[in-house]
Amino acid sequence: MKYGLQFRDVFAAWESILDGVWITLLLSLVAMVGGLIIGVLCAAGRTYGPTWLQRIIGAYVEIIRNTPLLVQLFLIFFGLPSFGLRLDGLTAAMIALVINLGAYTTEIVRAGLEAVPKAQVEAGHSLGLSGLQVFRYIVVFPALKAMFPALTSQFVLLMLATSVASQISVQDLFHAASIVQSRTFRDFEVYTVIGVLYLALAIGFRGLFALIYRLVFVR
Amino acid sequence: MIREFGLIDVMYLIAAARWTIALTVVAFAGSAVLGLGLAILRVLPIAPLRWFSATYIQLVQGTPLLVWLFLIFFGLPLAGISVNPWIAAAVAFSVYGSAFLGEIWRGALTSIARTQWEAGASLGLSLGEQLRYVIIPQSIRIAIPPTVGFLVQLIKNTSLAAVIGFVELTREGQLTAAGTYKPFAVYITVACIYFAMCFPLTQWSRSLERKLDVAR
Repeated sequence: MKYGLQFRDVFAAWESILDGVWITLLLSLVAMVGGLIIGVLCAAGRTYGPTWLQRIIGAYVEIIRNTPLLVQLFLIFFGLPSFGLRLDGLTAAMIALVINLGAYTTEIVRAGLEAVPKAQVEAGHSLGLSGLQVFRYIVVFPALKAMFPALTSQFVLLMLATSVASQISVQDLFHAASIVQSRTFRDFEVYTVIGVLYLALAIGFRGLFALIYRLVFVR
Repeated sequence: MIREFGLIDVMYLIAAARWTIALTVVAFAGSAVLGLGLAILRVLPIAPLRWFSATYIQLVQGTPLLVWLFLIFFGLPLAGISVNPWIAAAVAFSVYGSAFLGEIWRGALTSIARTQWEAGASLGLSLGEQLRYVIIPQSIRIAIPPTVGFLVQLIKNTSLAAVIGFVELTREGQLTAAGTYKPFAVYITVACIYFAMCFPLTQWSRSLERKLDVAR
């Protein structure tokens, strides 16, 4: 017997799929904001801070970047209750994603800061600008411009990686797929639809960031 | 009965890491073959081939690996191919990895100056020969550090194969955690094993990058 693809049952469950989209967007947004804050703080600490702080931040970046997100997620969700800290899935996922993205953005922001030529910073100092003024008027803008493309692709990768949160029963887009699948048994169709939705989200994010880039940096 | 988390469990976890490595090797081989094809399609002066390769890369990079894993796990049987987690994981990771390697290697290929192609052409080399003797040997040097970096991503990503029941390091961790009821100790151990596999590669990739910089 030949298998015929049927999408009708899948589309009939559009409400639970849409709920999943919201959770995925929420996870991505929280992780992006949190990860960016951590990234900026850690990059500043690693560039201008004392040696012991640089070491700690370096260790954080290396540990996170050399272990899988799924294991980090399991450690927080299944591991922390051993110490009496029981988090619900959504909170655990948010924490794991922020910590994970923070490590990557630290490196991106640091590279962005280093992309500003030293001579320009020195020129600022020799004009009598204070450290803060040099940072405010000379470093920030070109640094942001340099780090923006890398930040964009990291954000999109993160948005796609939020799908992993479904494994600790966060009801994101990917989790919606398994629910619809168990109701309709249309495995292949469900994951095709979900894949297209993720693709649309990824294209949307890329478009949005490209627009921001053009508005802010191209004139 | 709940047993203790002891040395024997650690040994089992380390042993399970061999499946992580095996999957990584297979997936890397698959990614390399497909990725090289994609990269070459992108630099050939034939527009439809370039578009095909670009679309493929955008499509794969715009969807989560989990979706590919499930699509292939459930999709191959529809095509009449019986599937065990091994085959599904190997195919899914090859598809996924090829997009990233294709993009990395395209970057390396296009970083070679146009004049190098022309020099080859003026020596009477065909397009294939230009690639084979002039462009690829030069791009390999540039491509190696990011390729090693990609290998780290691949090792970490094989953890997702646990989701379709492939027993590698993460899945073994889940089983051990369920048996010993010591999830924190188990997952810390699992994380340490991943770190022990990935960190040397990260360092190697970085030192290769530095060497390349000095050579310039």
